[in-house]
Amino acid sequence: MSIRDKAFIVGVYEHPTRKADNISLAQLHAEVAHGALADAGLTKDAVDGYFCAGDAPGLGGLSMADYMGLRLRHIDTTETGGSSYVVHVAHAAEAIAAGRCDVALITLAGRPRAEGMATGTAPRSYGPTSPDVPFEAPFAPTVVNQYAMAAMRHMHEFGTTSEQLAWIKVAASQHAQHNPHAMLREVVTVADVVGSPMISDPLHRLDCCVISDGGGAVIVARPEVAKSLKRPRVTVRGAGEAVKHQMGGQVDLTYTGARWSGPAAFESAGVTPADIKYASIYDSFTITVLITLEDLGFCPKGQGGRFVSDGNLISGVGRLPFNTDGGGLCNNHPANRGGMTKVIEAVRQLRGEAHPKVQVKSCDLALAHGTGGSLATRHASATLILERS
Amino acid sequence: MAEATRTITAPTPTPETGPFWEAAAKGKLLVKTCTTCERPHHYPRPICPLCGSDRTEWKESSGRGAIYSYSVMRRASPPYVIAYVTLEEGVSMMTNLVDCDFDALRIGQPVRVVWTPSDGGPPVPMFTPS
Repeated sequence: MSIRDKAFIVGVYEHPTRKADNISLAQLHAEVAHGALADAGLTKDAVDGYFCAGDAPGLGGLSMADYMGLRLRHIDTTETGGSSYVVHVAHAAEAIAAGRCDVALITLAGRPRAEGMATGTAPRSYGPTSPDVPFEAPFAPTVVNQYAMAAMRHMHEFGTTSEQLAWIKVAASQHAQHNPHAMLREVVTVADVVGSPMISDPLHRLDCCVISDGGGAVIVARPEVAKSLKRPRVTVRGAGEAVKHQMGGQVDLTYTGARWSGPAAFESAGVTPADIKYASIYDSFTITVLITLEDLGFCPKGQGGRFVSDGNLISGVGRLPFNTDGGGLCNNHPANRGGMTKVIEAVRQLRGEAHPKVQVKSCDLALAHGTGGSLATRHASATLILERS
Repeated sequence: MAEATRTITAPTPTPETGPFWEAAAKGKLLVKTCTTCERPHHYPRPICPLCGSDRTEWKESSGRGAIYSYSVMRRASPPYVIAYVTLEEGVSMMTNLVDCDFDALRIGQPVRVVWTPSDGGPPVPMFTPS
């Protein structure tokens, strides 16, 4: 089933908070929903489909539908970590195309910073019933050291350098300086990144994304609804999703599920990487971006280091402007899940509503990509091709 | 037994992984192998994740392998090394590298298993340069 022109993104909203000391998790979800509906020019009574993931409190979608007073005929709480919301946009478009709902609301919110969570450096456990945990928890895997192993292997196989990875942070910081809400607005250099404290070899502090509170929401609507609204329309032209894991012990840390989700998205959209004017790429760490760009086909495998160097990801400078809001590396990473903000900035670019200093000229085709879980060992990759209508 | 410099979280054996941890207590590293497709897998499962067969059996590993990738967690106190080691039998497993100079480690380096006590559970397989 093709979803092209069957559904449109008509509303987006990014919560301005970066530390939500006095806002509850449920309230954050409701505030981003309220913001996205206002952006679209709709009220909550128009919503008949709701999408959320593991960050929602209580019974998830049921608790939030109760809290917000939603009357639903479609619900989808697909949980694929930080990529969930990229998946949700595709699922919402499919649900709308299938007649399951008319207006879909997708929300994300979280407050790891207010809760003092050591997001990246504290060993995480998903509980003893998770079958992988007994074979991993004794060895203290953290978010950062697992991504670090992917970076280490990439350097070993392809000669990728810390300086090349640093260029990704440099590009993000060049964009973030124009975003008044960004947590890190200071422009950094390659020397700043490689000179920052080593967290887990070879990833430095500035190779890591920020820890922030906040959230975001997206409204997807069927064409009749979208055309009745005053906002610019963005269509979901193509989408792909895939899961990559350890393959029973045949571990390969050098590629991600984007190797499959990317081609699926490009094929369904009928376009190629060369057609993309702007890309939102999930940037939990610099290495996440580099490997993803290779897997999506923006450059051959192993040449990501060369591709990202010398400002190639900086808007107005390079060939592939990325994460013009500053991304997770500089702007925010609400709930430790970056997929939502990737969709939102891509929509801003397609509407011509990005900051003028980073707005890509004639931006009519954009890509948004999410990576959820742990890079290369257990994650979902989700790719969207979005088009200005 | 290697010296642990931090508390090692005890693995919780399950019905299907009990034999792995019972062997661990005797210093033996087991790998689950499929008798249908004849391929090993890790972590151990009763149904082969590679071909779907329910005919799997335990085999003892040589305990030798090579570093696939690693990272020194400098931010931790004390620092430790997480790694994937590829066993001679062909499967890779998450582990720690211990009893070694962290700065002299390299990918591809040969390693051998050393059993390390966990906090109230069976010993866990870590590796050291051989």
